[in-house]
Amino acid sequence: MRREGRMSETLHAEWTKLRTLPGTGWLLFGVAAATVLVSAAVSASVSCSSAAACHADVTKLSLTGTYLGQAIVAIVAVLTVSGEYATGMIATTLAVMPRRGTVLAAKAAVVTAVTLAAGTPAVLGSVLVGRLILPGHGYTPANGYPVLSLADGTVLRAAAGTILYLALIALLSLGVAAAVRDAAVAIGLVLGLLYLFPILTQVAGSPALARHLQQIGPMTAGLEIQASTGLRGLPLAPWAGLGVLAAWAAAALLAGTIVLRLRDA
Amino acid sequence: MTATVTPERSGAGRDDKDSFGRLVHAEWTKFRTVRGWVIAVLIAAALTAGVGLYAASGPQTGCQPVGPNGPIGPPAPCKPANPVGPGGEAVSDSYYFVHRALSGNGSLTVRVTALAGRSSPPGGGIAPGPNQEQNFTSGIQPWAKAGILLTASTRQGSAYAAMMVTGGHGVRMQYNYTGDAPGLPGAVSAASPRWLRLVRAGDTVTGYDSAGGTHWARVGVVSLAGLPATVQAGPFVTSPAWVQTQNSGPTVATAVFDHVSARGTPPGTGWRGVSIGAITGSNAQGSSLPGRLHAAEGTFTVTGSGDIAPAGPGPTNIGVPADDGFAGAFAGLIVVIVVGAMFITAEYRRGLIAVTLAAAPARGRVLAAKAVVIGSVAFVAGLIGTAPVIPVGTSLLRSHGNYVFPMSALTEVRLVAGTAALLAITAVLALAAGTILRHGAGAITAVIALTVVTYFFSVPLAVLPAGAADWLLRVTPAAGFAIKQYVPAYPQVNNVYTPQHGYFPLAPWAGMGVLCLWAALALWLAAVLLRRRDA
Repeated sequence: MRREGRMSETLHAEWTKLRTLPGTGWLLFGVAAATVLVSAAVSASVSCSSAAACHADVTKLSLTGTYLGQAIVAIVAVLTVSGEYATGMIATTLAVMPRRGTVLAAKAAVVTAVTLAAGTPAVLGSVLVGRLILPGHGYTPANGYPVLSLADGTVLRAAAGTILYLALIALLSLGVAAAVRDAAVAIGLVLGLLYLFPILTQVAGSPALARHLQQIGPMTAGLEIQASTGLRGLPLAPWAGLGVLAAWAAAALLAGTIVLRLRDA
Repeated sequence: MTATVTPERSGAGRDDKDSFGRLVHAEWTKFRTVRGWVIAVLIAAALTAGVGLYAASGPQTGCQPVGPNGPIGPPAPCKPANPVGPGGEAVSDSYYFVHRALSGNGSLTVRVTALAGRSSPPGGGIAPGPNQEQNFTSGIQPWAKAGILLTASTRQGSAYAAMMVTGGHGVRMQYNYTGDAPGLPGAVSAASPRWLRLVRAGDTVTGYDSAGGTHWARVGVVSLAGLPATVQAGPFVTSPAWVQTQNSGPTVATAVFDHVSARGTPPGTGWRGVSIGAITGSNAQGSSLPGRLHAAEGTFTVTGSGDIAPAGPGPTNIGVPADDGFAGAFAGLIVVIVVGAMFITAEYRRGLIAVTLAAAPARGRVLAAKAVVIGSVAFVAGLIGTAPVIPVGTSLLRSHGNYVFPMSALTEVRLVAGTAALLAITAVLALAAGTILRHGAGAITAVIALTVVTYFFSVPLAVLPAGAADWLLRVTPAAGFAIKQYVPAYPQVNNVYTPQHGYFPLAPWAGMGVLCLWAALALWLAAVLLRRRDA
């Protein structure tokens, strides 16, 4: 009975490893908590007392916590690979399951699943907090800001898209970690890739170059999915932006797979 | 059991200073023999320089004419945008001046009986043609100025001293653009006029004010070095642009002067009115409009527009910030954070920490030695990365027709050394976080979140209201980024003082102090934990 090489076995193994690590639960809780807390803090600090002070895009505003939550998602994803290299567990994993591509695929599936599980309360909590807090700060229907509701197609797209965004960040981080092995280097690369693009955009000088940088940056492009107003002026359409991030994630996973196969673990 | 042999280390008899030197040497050896770390630090320096120069080579829109729908037409080379004041700083110097020559020692006295203002509407509704002010709404700017001015010449940027009434800050004595001293409080009106006097004796100018013209109070004394024998003196009026987050528009003020008397004036010269630095022609979006004078029976009614003040980046000013080159430091910062944390977490991962602590049982000193090594390495990397960016970047910016605010050599040194210090202290903070958490990824994420991500939330994202962003830039390690502010904020100048325009809530070295405090506290906590824990 040949059982080795079966995806379901590998998946089960990866799930057991991730589930039984002491930090995983806390980190996933951290994803939801950090996202909701930052979103709540931003929602509570803004005010729409005068037209000039109002933010146009309330949906995006209520999801601000994503900027921090994604960093913790990146840690979870990086540790599923780098943690094994740190402890030497990787040797056992690859001895049991010699098909390295399958191992990485199973890790990707498990990480995606837990990110979706943590991202859903993070995003729903943020929208709920925005819905409760923002009307008290002048963002009322009377001022032209309808109450946030998932029944609104745009809000639903932004919310669902943000959950997918977090999952894609996890896959990008996983691919980078598989390529460089070390957790510290991987997290530095991922966070640099995410946060440097918007800072560079600010100093890009020519508007055309700034727009181009926004189109190719994994975070700037991916978060277009949160935009609910001024869609015509965006550097990229929302789903196209998420597509750019998906391309980054695919490229990172591809690089990770190739390196993992070629390298002596 | 096997504890019978306790090897005497050859250095055991040496004094403390020497043994700390050995520790530093040991840590330095560990650092330089890990090829990845050395390469990473070289990359940090290269990124700081490369990204900084890239940022400086990009902008070509500095003086591009801007229409309602964005830039129009090709980039044009800048005219000399800001005059330079006696202190070497960029200044605004535009006003309406009713002047005559004043030779030798003498004095000038006037009474101001009215000051009123009008503003261009938001969105820049300046009518073309001669009647530019037809859409204006009434309202005085708090820093609109009307009074008497004594200046070396009518050339922009000349040394001066002035007594003035303002729209909302009472009587002031101002001099050489940055100097400001308060006089009588309250607004001016026909029922409550203000008498102003300037007295010149040699290089010294003294300002007096009075409510009734009989009892005079001294407001300030200023020494204007090298003041020529003959100066220009007389009444002036100016009114600074209104400013909002990204917009601004010109305003005008009109004041009524009487009882104008000058002592020391050569006989035979009359009063002449002139607009200094007014922007005329089709592009009247600037912050200064031409003024005018109506003289009748010893009463001057003067209208002026502009400001006599230091100029800084903001909505009223064109030009690109010279600290654009600083963008590279963010890339360098992320790299030194990674290396700083790994400098200790790699020892935990590989078990080397046990050897390190066995060789040097004074754990706090081991940590101090590590901090010295990683801090020095990051400082040097920052220095190498930043040193070329300011001079080369500034000349690149200028060669593309951009206006760059002038910077003193001392400020340039502070920017370079400060950026290097920022990298060094942040690397030490990462080392301490790595010791506390014993976990590379967690420590790196925490430090990047506290520095780069906090800055990102406060400045480029621009989602937080100014108050919340200022608060973050005061108490978090991101306060250290204040080191890159290169033009000071002046309370007596109308401007939008936000981080987006390059103004931080803390002074440069105070902000760096907050970062140092974080690093020191983290290092202390790390030392305590390192001593208590079983490695």
